[in-house]
Amino acid sequence: MRAQQEAEIVACIPSLRRYARGLTPDRERADDLVQDTLERAWGKFSMWQKRGAVRAWMFGIMHNLFIDRLRAQRSTPEDPAGDDLPEAPQRPTQSDRLEIADLDRALQRLPAEQREVLLLVAVEELTYREVASALGVPIGTVMSRLSRARERLRSELEGRALPARMQRVK
Amino acid sequence: MSTMEPVKTSSGPGSPITEADLHAFVDQQLTPVRHAEVEQYLAARPDEAQRVQDWRQQNELLRGLLAPVLDEPLPLRLPLRRHATPLPWRALAAGLVIAALSAGTAWFARGAIDGSAARSGLAPGGAGAPSGELTGFAHRAAIAHGVYTPDGRRPVEVGADQEQQLVTWLSRRLGTPVKAPSLGGIGYALIGGRLLPGESGPVAQFMYQDGAAQRLTLYVTREAPKAAGQVQTAFRFGQEGPVNVFYWVDRNFGYAISSSAERQELMRVAQEVYRQLAPPETPR
Repeated sequence: MRAQQEAEIVACIPSLRRYARGLTPDRERADDLVQDTLERAWGKFSMWQKRGAVRAWMFGIMHNLFIDRLRAQRSTPEDPAGDDLPEAPQRPTQSDRLEIADLDRALQRLPAEQREVLLLVAVEELTYREVASALGVPIGTVMSRLSRARERLRSELEGRALPARMQRVK
Repeated sequence: MSTMEPVKTSSGPGSPITEADLHAFVDQQLTPVRHAEVEQYLAARPDEAQRVQDWRQQNELLRGLLAPVLDEPLPLRLPLRRHATPLPWRALAAGLVIAALSAGTAWFARGAIDGSAARSGLAPGGAGAPSGELTGFAHRAAIAHGVYTPDGRRPVEVGADQEQQLVTWLSRRLGTPVKAPSLGGIGYALIGGRLLPGESGPVAQFMYQDGAAQRLTLYVTREAPKAAGQVQTAFRFGQEGPVNVFYWVDRNFGYAISSSAERQELMRVAQEVYRQLAPPETPR
């Protein structure tokens, strides 16, 4: 039954998990998001006509779920979602530790809508148009969120020593 | 996933460089011509070049931050296929839904797209499916149906008047008990049966006909489960020219029901055949 598209959905899972972890550093919550995204994707699967790449479609589903959750969280103010020191996915070496924690914290301090755009563009490498369609916003909005996210991250990370291996990246 | 897709918010070649161009430059989303223009622009503006370099470094850092997630094993709770819990095999109604959905796959796999598959909205993604595994015996069943049912004089080797002998003979040759389902209740009388060569051994074919002398055959093989690599499959539907085939694998046997009747009618027959042949000790 459209095994190729099923396989495409399954192939998306690692990058969905990566994206979810960028949105929500708590591992369990991130996988909750992935699980719900997949369940919704499989449920909608039969109705889905080739409207674009499977990947962008799945990110769109995750976006809707993520936004729903943010709204729900806002009504429970004792939950300090973004203010915790996030758990970094992995800390390869002792010397990188600080920078990774800094970066992750800076990322989590971005407003959710900027974080989404930045992650989809920078990490998931979606085109701006794909991001616009996944998030359901005009492409101009994507660009302005991207710009604000990058500038904010730049000022947050300014003056901090970046890992040496990143210094010469072209 | 990024391509040379021009950014809508940026302008065409020769026009002033915008901030959107600078982002698209970092994200590799400019056409080669525009990319070169931005490169030239940045060469003369160190401040802008530094900003662009910082953005690029952010991309690298973020990818590095999240890259380990890609290598983590997928948690068990993530549903990796359409139905998180397999449909109970004995819930035939559900099985037939699968059959209806699988129809598209089987037809596309054969390159025989028809209107009803198109109407059902099934995209041709199924063409890439590993469709060969069951088309093997289903294909042979359809051919056998086409060869023997038109035969007016000798459609079967052993007639229904010797049903007990037929069943004993086929059981002995197949090396396991087989029986001819009784389809009189749904309007089909047994004509008889024959032994046929399968892929590597004997298979049985039972033939029935309805009041209008429309014939259908039930093909029973022990080879299918091994070929399919599994002991049970969903109902599937396929077509071979004018012959419609419903086929499935259950326990030791592969079954294929062939007829030129409509799919709906084949479903009805398949339901009855399944009901009679399913071993009563099947769990659930």
